[in-house]
Amino acid sequence: MSAGKHPCFHCGEPIPHGLVIHARIAGRDEPVCCHGCKAVAEFITGAGLGDYYRYRDTSSSRADEPPRPDRWAAYDRPELVERLTRAEPNGARSITVLLEGLRCAACGWLADKALSLQSGVLDVSVNPATARARLVWEPSKVRLGDLLRVLEHVGLRPHPLAGEPSEQIALLERRDALKRLAVAGFGNMQVMMFAVPLYFAASQGMDPTMREYMRLVSMLVSIPVALYSGWPFYQGAWMALRSRSISMDVPVSLGILLAFVASVWNALTGEGEVYFDSVTMFVFFLGLGRYIEMIARHRAGSVADALARLAPMTARRVRDGVTEDVQAVEIAVGDELVVRTGEVFAADGVVLDGDGRVDESMLTGESNAIAKPPGARVHQGTHNLATPLRVRVTAVAGNTVLSGIVALLERAQAERPRLAKAADRAAAWFLGRILIGAALVFAVWWFVDPSRAFSATLAVLVVTCPCALSLATPTALAAATAALARRGVLVAHTDAIEALSKATHVLWDKTGTLTKGLVRVEDVRSYGDVTSQQALEWAASLEQLSEHPIARAFTVTGAPTVRASEVEVHAGRGLEGRIDGRLLRIGTLAFAGALKSPPSGATAADTATDDAVGESWVYLGDESGLLAAFRLTDPLRPEAGQCVAGLAELGLPSEIVSGDEAGAVARIAERCGIERQAARLTPQDKLARLKTLQGEGAVVVAVGDGINDAPLLRGADVAVAMGRGSALAQTSADLILVRESLDDLPHTVELARRTQRVIRQNLAWSIAYNLAALPLAALGFVPPWLAAIGMSLSSVVVVLNAMRLSRGAPPPRRPGWPANPQAEAA
Amino acid sequence: MEILYIMIPLGLVLVALGLWAFFWATGAGQFDDLDSPGWTVLEDDKAPPPDETPDKDPSR
Repeated sequence: MSAGKHPCFHCGEPIPHGLVIHARIAGRDEPVCCHGCKAVAEFITGAGLGDYYRYRDTSSSRADEPPRPDRWAAYDRPELVERLTRAEPNGARSITVLLEGLRCAACGWLADKALSLQSGVLDVSVNPATARARLVWEPSKVRLGDLLRVLEHVGLRPHPLAGEPSEQIALLERRDALKRLAVAGFGNMQVMMFAVPLYFAASQGMDPTMREYMRLVSMLVSIPVALYSGWPFYQGAWMALRSRSISMDVPVSLGILLAFVASVWNALTGEGEVYFDSVTMFVFFLGLGRYIEMIARHRAGSVADALARLAPMTARRVRDGVTEDVQAVEIAVGDELVVRTGEVFAADGVVLDGDGRVDESMLTGESNAIAKPPGARVHQGTHNLATPLRVRVTAVAGNTVLSGIVALLERAQAERPRLAKAADRAAAWFLGRILIGAALVFAVWWFVDPSRAFSATLAVLVVTCPCALSLATPTALAAATAALARRGVLVAHTDAIEALSKATHVLWDKTGTLTKGLVRVEDVRSYGDVTSQQALEWAASLEQLSEHPIARAFTVTGAPTVRASEVEVHAGRGLEGRIDGRLLRIGTLAFAGALKSPPSGATAADTATDDAVGESWVYLGDESGLLAAFRLTDPLRPEAGQCVAGLAELGLPSEIVSGDEAGAVARIAERCGIERQAARLTPQDKLARLKTLQGEGAVVVAVGDGINDAPLLRGADVAVAMGRGSALAQTSADLILVRESLDDLPHTVELARRTQRVIRQNLAWSIAYNLAALPLAALGFVPPWLAAIGMSLSSVVVVLNAMRLSRGAPPPRRPGWPANPQAEAA
Repeated sequence: MEILYIMIPLGLVLVALGLWAFFWATGAGQFDDLDSPGWTVLEDDKAPPPDETPDKDPSR
């Protein structure tokens, strides 16, 4: 569809027509798509780290713009760095940075190597799972700013994190869960080893002393499993009971404790049967399921990450005429800040001085820059695009608009309504039935034979221990979560799998999901003796001084090698400026063509502004007429059509709800084969459409990318965000497509449905088992050893059935060695 | 079968040792990142001259 034959060497995206940028790599010229990628690729290979391109298994993030060393100036100042970082032995300092664009282990390797090559770096530990790196360095030998620059040079944008207790908590939580899991696993293996002879002891006969001994040893091993590994379940159950509700933890805890206490009683008295094997296996498998879910949740990223990525850590304060870099947390209301071009506002404030243009897309989704004259309000997290601004701070920290949104999302995330409650209701129902059944058995035995009432009731409670039943759902969800994670789909909330299997509609926000969300130059047509390359360079030079979003498309594509002078902005029409004495205009057709008198319209016919198809054309002209035309598009993802077709095949019709122009939406809809579409919608309109669908009984999947989609994502039954999308969109998502490949979506729906089938099979099996075992056990027909085997076997069947989900998932495509596309095609 | 009275406690001691080692490893961060250390073995001992690296046959 778009672009030349070869993908970009670095990021793998198609290279625009008429564009020739080469990165000099290993003596060969490799094509790249923009100057950002060129800089990154040359830096990586130049530093001897070219192996990265062999090791990586996903393509890298598009660099977008060449690295900007001045961004990190504040981190060169020792006194500021001292306050931001932690002290290490021997005068060294350490800091943790979040690395944007860190996608695979090879990226982690790259960051590690690139930093280790710097002198003065003592230790680097990169964790690709959490996209974090911990640096330890000697401030006397290297500056923190330089280390951050190195990271940016290899295409991983660093976000230094101050303190970050939440990450530390998550890490400790993971380690703790792993330890509990290990105890359960080891313990279970041991107990199983003792259980097998005990099974045979009943039928084959065994020395009673040896039998006693085995049972006591099993008990000894089970004690830490039941008490230490099972502790989180008791805690959860206790919390639920204290808030007068019943969660899944309650029957689970009841099952563990009942079976355990009964077994201990029997082991000590030498009577009856022990169920230590079932108890330990139950704890192990349930713990395993929770552990997998926790890993996925941690990887999906926290709200704290979102804040770190949006708000800067430092700011420039003016006090008594002196400008100084300070930590963002030190800013107080009433302070005066200087925010330079390209910087992000560290607090909310009012413009004092300067004629600003601000990109507020992270708050509003509006991609056009907003004019900010003196007196206008600016917000934390937004981007100052044009001139430096002096700002009087009006709100800091928890009171800014941004943190308000974040707090809102945090609450929504914590509440987790939806289907989680369905499982808890089922648990309460089941628990009620068990207790009623046990009471009945006790009552009946009381009349028949009071001496056996207690042991018979205990037997019933143990046999009906909801082991298989409570394993049925979590094991299947855990297996599905793990299988999806291998494909690059993160499941943040496992309830989403159930909702997804029932989904009936898909709502797309066009930009950033069906399309890539980046305006870029797709085609260059030059006229006369001007080459495409020359035209692009001139355009980039002119646009360099503009901060219109369209300008970015040019400045990343063409190298602004020449300096334009006397640049004037003609609002709504374009730019005029002088390069090497030549008067040039870039902008609309009428504007760019008007330099020549009489205006030239000759070439207009074949390049007429074609808003109807959702592309825009920008023209470059001088006094001799038009020089070039540039086609700008937000390119469609190549797999979008296939994804929509795949979803339709699964019975999920797609619909676009977009805030964009009708023409652009119609064009994208047509190219993906989507029939229903709506354009120019506000976030509220999108939500209204969603509610209408849900009111008709639909279960809706929403795919969104920007912050303006957050209401839509929060309201949807299943929210899907893209891996590179805005951090806030990700925090309100249930599923995150890390590889940004829409192909994964139909596959995920299919897997969700298979998961639901497996859950139903598991539930049917365990209910059937419990129903069959209950009367037999109540009447005393089941020999105890058979009950023990039956209990374990019923759980094993459930687990094995769930494990089927983790097989059969095709591994993700490997992009292979991008340096040699011909070889790959052959 | 009396040997079991010695062998089983011995086995339990070994399990305890294994668990202790596992706890130690977890606490030391050995399981925090299971992906990237695998790449370090692919590394050459000395950084090759920058101009040669990517030219090598990837299927080598």
